[in-house]
Amino acid sequence: MDLFFTYLQFTYEDLLTQTGEHALAVGISLALGTIVALTLGCLVYQREGSAKVAIGITGTILTIPSFALFGLLIPLLGLGWPPTIVALTLYAVFPILRNTVTGLRGVDTAIVDSAQGMGLSRRQRLFRIELPLAAPVIIAGIRVSALILIGIAAIAAGVGGPGLGEGFFSGLARIGSATALYLVLGALLAVMVLALLFDIGFLVLKRFVTSKGIRN
Amino acid sequence: MIRLENLTKTFKGQKDPAVEDLTMEIPEGEICVLVGPSGCGKTTTMRMINRLIEPDSGKIFLEDEDVTSVDSDQLRQRIGYVIQQIGLFPHMTIEDNIATVPRLLGWDKKKTSDRTDELLEMVGMDPSDYRPRYPKELSGGQKQRIGVVRAMAADPSVMLMDEPFGAIDPITRSRLQNEFLRLQADIKKTIVFVTHDIEEAIKMGDRIAILRERSRIAQYDKPENILLAPADEFVANFVGSGASLKRLSLAKLSDIELIDWPTADLDTDPDKVREILQRSDRGWVLLLDDNRRPQRWVSSDDLEDDDEDLSRTGLRADSIAHPDTTLSAALADMLTSDKSSVIIVDESGAYEGVADLETITNATKAMRVEARADNGHDRDGTAETGTEESEESGGRLKKDDS
Ligand SMILES: Nc1ncnc2c1ncn2[C@@H]1O[C@H](COP(=O)(O)OP(=O)(O)OP(=O)(O)O)[C@@H](O)[C@H]1O
Ligand SMILES: [Mg+2]
Repeated sequence: MDLFFTYLQFTYEDLLTQTGEHALAVGISLALGTIVALTLGCLVYQREGSAKVAIGITGTILTIPSFALFGLLIPLLGLGWPPTIVALTLYAVFPILRNTVTGLRGVDTAIVDSAQGMGLSRRQRLFRIELPLAAPVIIAGIRVSALILIGIAAIAAGVGGPGLGEGFFSGLARIGSATALYLVLGALLAVMVLALLFDIGFLVLKRFVTSKGIRN
Repeated sequence: MIRLENLTKTFKGQKDPAVEDLTMEIPEGEICVLVGPSGCGKTTTMRMINRLIEPDSGKIFLEDEDVTSVDSDQLRQRIGYVIQQIGLFPHMTIEDNIATVPRLLGWDKKKTSDRTDELLEMVGMDPSDYRPRYPKELSGGQKQRIGVVRAMAADPSVMLMDEPFGAIDPITRSRLQNEFLRLQADIKKTIVFVTHDIEEAIKMGDRIAILRERSRIAQYDKPENILLAPADEFVANFVGSGASLKRLSLAKLSDIELIDWPTADLDTDPDKVREILQRSDRGWVLLLDDNRRPQRWVSSDDLEDDDEDLSRTGLRADSIAHPDTTLSAALADMLTSDKSSVIIVDESGAYEGVADLETITNATKAMRVEARADNGHDRDGTAETGTEESEESGGRLKKDDS
């Protein structure tokens, strides 16, 4: 164990850089995925058929093994950041979309009805009433996506992408040596810390966007 | 004023129309209650007025303006709307809920804020306490109040209320109804009020439209006429067997002819009182004090002793009523009084007359006849009549007119 800490002392700068990259890749993809999923969700939630199709397709994407998806993207986008961001964005959509649709549909019809009866337009109803009320559910979806992305992002190193995958891949390459274990342990530790930080971030965000009137 | 012309609506996938060829007019400043069995199309009718449901055909007029195809969001901002489930926005404070329409209309901050305070005070809720609260921090009755007040926020001349006092206990409901009637006396909005409760309809309505399936009007009339002269079997059944009792809660003692009972002063000579008794066939004399306030009932039996003090003989004159007492309240008093009658006094407590069971029965009979005559006279063609009874009373009316 002492040896591991000594190892960290020498490599923590690399580890920090990788963690930063990892967080950045996840953050960008999550933001893009959220925009896509929210837009899609708002467009389809009132139409049973379209909602089924959208959720079906994005759900299927989530089942594509990450290596396969990266492999598919390399011919189009090359190596490094671009395929990483695109793949992670695709993975992020499904949980957020599903929760957006569930959340928007879960808003009490009487509330939307009275809003419409008072003369709020379609857009005003969506932005002032439905989305704020669905916010806690939507944020829960974004959180799930974030956790999934933090895990999957580690694979990105396989296509020369950024992030903590580096540690896992070089560890695997040097299996049997002492540093192999430390490399993996170090990256693992960083991933766990990152996941924890994201989680705390979402708790704060959820509190921030959930009106006091609907907190329990 | 709201005018509906030949409104028809058939929902997609349904064979029969939910509302068929409905024509009616709701006069300025009145509460018109739509009442009828479940599924008869009350809600559909109401929601066509603010075009939450678009009619298939027909026209809607507000104050003589054809609003059938104006921008529906703007139309709705001009019409107050209250639904049974209230539909307060749970993520907004009471202040923001109330300010919704004023803000949509672009009122400035000060005006909106003043209006919010005014409305909260109108329903007895302290603005400084309630403005920052969220709907979940209110009782059921308070929520209902906010629902009504929110609909009135931008001072619309027309309000639509779909069972606004439905989901609360009877006592709170009655309080809210009274409160609203008091408000309405001041604000005089044109209101369409939906309920399936005939009692509520009678209490709230200046006019009641009894609807049968497809929102067809069975009778559109003042509450008393609906009670006293139901247009047909359907209305009579809907109004129900309690109708005669309900009738009694509409009329007041001041509306009926009282008995002019023989009276005497307390210090009258007993012989004189005996004389009065002999001249009248009533059997009792009512004794009044110096201010003509009723004191005692005496009969000839009570006067056998010559030196009897009149102020202590006979029965105490209890069961006193004021002219604005309803007949049903008076009836209840009669049934518990010794003389099966009530004495009516004016503000100062001075004697005006007496009513007994017979007075009341006669009065209700007369009311019924009068109402039928009225109906036969100015029927507007919206409801079918033609029962034998109404023809008979039509004859009576002619006799009255000549
Ligand atoms: N959105 C809709 N789609 C199809 N049919 C509908 C719709 N809304 C109402 N209906 C039908 O139209 C008829 C009238 O309904 P409406 O809601 O106006 O009745 P109501 O008089 O308000 O009844 P209640 O007293 O139960 O509220 C009913 O037969 C109902 O099933
Ligand atoms: Mg209804």
